[in-house]
Amino acid sequence: MTLGKGPPVVIPNFGQGSSCVRGDHTLCWSWVRDHWHDTLGPALVQHIELTAIAVGIGFALAFALALAAHRVRRIEQPVGIIAALLYTIPSLALFQFLIPFTGLTWTTVEIALVSYTLVILFPNIVAGLQSASPDVLEAARGMGLTRMQTLLRVELPLAVPAIIGGLRVAVVSTISIATIAAFLLPDGLGYPIFLALKDPTPFKTEIYSAGVLAVALALVCDAALMLLRRTLAPWARRRLA
Amino acid sequence: MTLADAANLHTFVDAFRFIGDNFGFLLGKAAEQLELSGAAVGIALFVALPLGIVLGHLHRGSGIAIGASIVGRALPSLVLIAAFLTLLGIGFVNNMVALAVLATGPILTNSFDAVDRVDPDAVDAARGMGMTGTQILRQIELPLALPLLFAGLRVAAVTVVATAPIAAVAGGGGLGDIIVNQASYRLAGVLGASICVMILSAVVFLGLLGLQAAVTPAGVRRHRFLGTSLEGSPE
Repeated sequence: MTLGKGPPVVIPNFGQGSSCVRGDHTLCWSWVRDHWHDTLGPALVQHIELTAIAVGIGFALAFALALAAHRVRRIEQPVGIIAALLYTIPSLALFQFLIPFTGLTWTTVEIALVSYTLVILFPNIVAGLQSASPDVLEAARGMGLTRMQTLLRVELPLAVPAIIGGLRVAVVSTISIATIAAFLLPDGLGYPIFLALKDPTPFKTEIYSAGVLAVALALVCDAALMLLRRTLAPWARRRLA
Repeated sequence: MTLADAANLHTFVDAFRFIGDNFGFLLGKAAEQLELSGAAVGIALFVALPLGIVLGHLHRGSGIAIGASIVGRALPSLVLIAAFLTLLGIGFVNNMVALAVLATGPILTNSFDAVDRVDPDAVDAARGMGMTGTQILRQIELPLALPLLFAGLRVAAVTVVATAPIAAVAGGGGLGDIIVNQASYRLAGVLGASICVMILSAVVFLGLLGLQAAVTPAGVRRHRFLGTSLEGSPE
């Protein structure tokens, strides 16, 4: 069940809940327990979906673009500057800017989120692909590897640490920016916070529980990717730590 | 051109008309937003810049710098603003503190990195010439660190200016007041204010880039001018 559809969920639930909820104490576990199934749980799942779609599409696009830039080196610098400028566009403003075209939909949110992941991932993947030293490339050519073989067997494996480094920033940033989607949609972990803020006396537990979930999600994803890098590229550990 | 396209075009025409009709009002709101952002970045600079530089100079506390960058990125602006609202009440102060926390991460990480990564040979040479630690910091490390120091300031400032509209839900003022109040300003006003926010962020970004170019010594200018402008360097 999602918020905003079906029977209305009254939040904050002053008057009906426990004394903790009525008194708006710092953190009411009873509220968290009672509203895990209708508020926090669904919001967490939606948040993961928003993030996964954005990073998935963004990674595919960034990878394709980076391979192109790797071939045609001249486009790297201008694309890098455009990317830095694009990143300065505030998320809330970008969402509003897209509304006339795609409305109050997931599409609007995803277009914005994908743009941001693209901007983060592209420079990282390009830098990763170019991290192979000229000596290594010459050795590859000397061994008779074709360009494609060099890319697949030498340049891509060497790019893994940089690519995963970019993914970490992209995933964590996307989780953070996805909370802003609540200004448009009744979805994601930002929405309970957004609702609470609309109340003259914001319900603390709702803000803290959703906020802690968002931060925890980001930190868990970050740690998981760090672990992935250590597994895939153990050699990078000493150099980059 | 389909009907939908025509409608979109109209919305944008209306948005630009809104900007034209309310230019003074929007300018005032933009100034309000810059005031809030400036105060937040100022506090963050005051706290994080000396700390980052000293830790970088001593090559200690890389854990603090890396941790600050990870935690800083993981804290969503909306969560920070809402949390400080419950602690400090609605208004300027809670938003200023929330945005200052947001700015602390990039400034601390970049200032640590900037000084920590200065070419050790240059520092050794300076020490060989008999310079003291303070002299090395002031005459060698800081000039060489300038591009990265500015990269941190730029990321922080742009992040804060871009986030400030969100603070409007917690009495932040500025252009965000218009964006979150579609009932009064209609879509044209919301869109017009959003366009103003985009312009404001771009102006801050380019302004700091210009300032950086102006204060960077010529010898340092060639290398790493853009620095890690996206905080995107692996690790």
